[in-house]
Amino acid sequence: MLAIGTNTTKAHPVIALQLKAASRNGTRLIVANPKEIVLSRHAEIVMQQKPGTDVVLLMAMMKVIVDENLQDQQFINERTENFDEFKKSLNTFGIEYAEKITGVPGETIIEAARTFATTKPASIFYAMGITQHSHGTDNVIAVSNLALLTGNIGKPGTGVNPLRGQNNVQGACDMGALPNVYTGYQRVDNPDVKKKFETAWGVELNGKNGLTHTEIFDDAYNGKIKAIYMVGENPILSEANAHHVREAIEKLGFFVAQDIFMTETSILADVILPGASFAEKDGTVTNTERRVQRMHRAIKPVGDSKPDWWIAAEIAKRMGGKGFEYAGAEEIFSEITSLTPSYQGISYGRLEHGGLQWPCPTTEHPGTPILHTEKFPREGGKGKFMPLVYRESAELADKDYPLILTTDRSLYHYHTSTMTRKVEGLELLDSEELLIINPEDAGKYGISSGDMVVITSRRGDVRSKAKVSGECPPGVISMTFHFAETPTNDITNPALDPVAKIPETKVSAVKIRKVV
Amino acid sequence: MEKIKLTIDGMAITADRGKTILEAALDNGIYIPHLCHHQDLAPAAVCRVCLVEVEGRGHTISCRTPVEEGLTISTESDHLNKIRRIPVELIFANHDTDCIACTRNNNCQLQRVASYLGLERDSMDRMRMGNIEKPIDTSNPFFDRNPNRCIYCGICIRTCDEIQNINAIDFASRGYKMTVSTFGDNPIADSRCESCGECVVRCPVGALSPKTTMEPSRSVKSVCTYCGVGCGVELGVRGNSVVSVEGDRDNAVNHGSLCVKGRYGFEFINHRERIRKPLIKKNGKFEESTWDEALDLVAKKFREYGKEKVAVFSSAKCSNEDNYVIQKFTRAVLGTNSIDHCARL
Ligand code: SF4
Ligand code: SF4
Repeated sequence: MLAIGTNTTKAHPVIALQLKAASRNGTRLIVANPKEIVLSRHAEIVMQQKPGTDVVLLMAMMKVIVDENLQDQQFINERTENFDEFKKSLNTFGIEYAEKITGVPGETIIEAARTFATTKPASIFYAMGITQHSHGTDNVIAVSNLALLTGNIGKPGTGVNPLRGQNNVQGACDMGALPNVYTGYQRVDNPDVKKKFETAWGVELNGKNGLTHTEIFDDAYNGKIKAIYMVGENPILSEANAHHVREAIEKLGFFVAQDIFMTETSILADVILPGASFAEKDGTVTNTERRVQRMHRAIKPVGDSKPDWWIAAEIAKRMGGKGFEYAGAEEIFSEITSLTPSYQGISYGRLEHGGLQWPCPTTEHPGTPILHTEKFPREGGKGKFMPLVYRESAELADKDYPLILTTDRSLYHYHTSTMTRKVEGLELLDSEELLIINPEDAGKYGISSGDMVVITSRRGDVRSKAKVSGECPPGVISMTFHFAETPTNDITNPALDPVAKIPETKVSAVKIRKVV
Repeated sequence: MEKIKLTIDGMAITADRGKTILEAALDNGIYIPHLCHHQDLAPAAVCRVCLVEVEGRGHTISCRTPVEEGLTISTESDHLNKIRRIPVELIFANHDTDCIACTRNNNCQLQRVASYLGLERDSMDRMRMGNIEKPIDTSNPFFDRNPNRCIYCGICIRTCDEIQNINAIDFASRGYKMTVSTFGDNPIADSRCESCGECVVRCPVGALSPKTTMEPSRSVKSVCTYCGVGCGVELGVRGNSVVSVEGDRDNAVNHGSLCVKGRYGFEFINHRERIRKPLIKKNGKFEESTWDEALDLVAKKFREYGKEKVAVFSSAKCSNEDNYVIQKFTRAVLGTNSIDHCARL
């Protein structure tokens, strides 16, 4: 198993249990993370690559595998294409070069490559440490190249497993809460799809892709977007370069926030609509393994709060919308399944007996725990190798900003902690931001644990208490973004990945100074 | 699974190969007293209470002996009970027996074993070691550790080791001084404990107990609202409040396991700061309003700005049904595809 760019014990604790149990039972675990994390204790091989150098690390491993002829040639011949092209692109990733760029000793990279290629089956786990980069898409491609190269796809115990952050990220995407697709990733610019939804909903629809979330804030800032309806998000703490987001929201003519608590963002709203929490509603969520599961209403909504779907449907009806007379969540779910092939076979009745993993096309279909067992969802059904070059992070450490700030999570808080900080005990266990800094760097700046430090990037500064610890290698410091008092994302880098539009919160150049 | 036939107390029963005698008995509704056995953990065989008599072999520890074809077992005899009583009386001699004040009263393995065996006051008095009151560790915000109620079964230690792979606790000292302790005997809050509470739910007595205990009056299955793992939970409800959360053992994702957020992070649900009414900002201040007033205002404003001027953020914290209706509203009513969520972060 390779765990790269995931601090699993903190961000996905119950999946971490399974990884730790596997390693205890003899599964060989390789951990690649800029920081020394808890999972490293359970690993056979640990690599602490410099933030933003994952492509180099993975490509160098793949070069070793190809040079030593350890690849799964049968799988490559039968199930993939473009291998020769890809093989050429490996040439630049020699071991000395990789050692220099990533800071990981060459022997360790070689050992990791050999271990990964010769232990079957092998799977890869990754999370935000891979995606939150200006070249996050390249990172993901590198991971998938490695899986193709070693034939580790579509069989039990193999595969590329992205660990999704929030409880229903998968579901929000599946449901079409994205600017370019309806439910089940049916494209808005496909005329057939447009026709299908126009017939189902009885209205004319817009065939043009909408704006992504960063574009929405940019357009709000430029005055092109005048009103925003925001449900359950707190971008003022979670977005890179949060200053910009705040200013954009302040320029709006009308801002509606729907949430269960007052947040740093909802306080700016013109109208706040009280949503009900998960315990107060029926519905489904879809986890990181595409498993659709049922939530049952346990209590009636607190105060006058209402389920989010009810609120959106009421606004729709008041604006003349047709087809929003839902009696309850189950009726909505039936409409979803009738329009979404991958959800078609799922029903509330079936979910009473446990979750179902999509695709689940018919009511007899048992769900699909493993994807791509026979073919890939591309024309021709083959997995495609993609050549890669190393692109540096948008910001590198330099004379003025000599340190790299990376972001991490705490076990005790969740995202912007709107919920967890309302839980007294979680707050007691972890009540303030702690900047993690290596003893060597701390020595240079005369910082000891408990000192207040100002962290400055090209976008602004924040303050935090310091904790001196070897968790971070020299040259790298790390912070979370759970605390409004230390709004870390005021200073992180909003440079976007050109495809996935994910900002580079994992690598920002900063300087620090002790507060005296 | 291969079935094994055996006889317990004259009853013919079948059990899966690989089960222990104790498991086979419990699965068939036959109680054999035991303290250190837990279904999720490997047998430890330290309490010596689950002793049975196997024909042709004599006294046998049932929690560590696998079933075999044709075994004839008896779980009850004066002699067996006499042997079982010794370790239990030793434990009881210095146990804090204020059962009414204990969270596990009526749901306690030690009470059950003691009443099964019938303890003798004289022999307990003989074994008591004066008054040794050990300090209670209240440092963790979610649970207390009361060593005066500990029975040294080691279930918490094995849970933290075998299931959690964290190893925050272990036995320290010997004899009457023996305790479950952290590295350096620090308070648990200063150890590497991650407050998952897995040891607390498995403690067979009241030595580990949650700080707030309210017996729920009913329980409802749902899914943890925090991360993308999607652990199954059983929400314990009393009146109109969620008062406890347990891991759903039937759920294929977590099989009952939870992390600290999932198990203890539910206080927010009924929190006093929940927004309870729609709020409209008037002259820079929020004022409560009715749903009709708020919704009419929102609808009017969105209509005024019209197409391409309104954008929507949906939420990765909301259900599929919520997200579906919100995107349908955006596309079918607002006429735009400018909908996104912050899931990239
Ligand atoms: S709460 Fe969890 S981590 Fe802490 S001692 Fe118990 S099992 Fe170990
Ligand atoms: S219990 Fe923990 S690991 Fe499980 S879904 Fe909740 S937050 Fe995630």
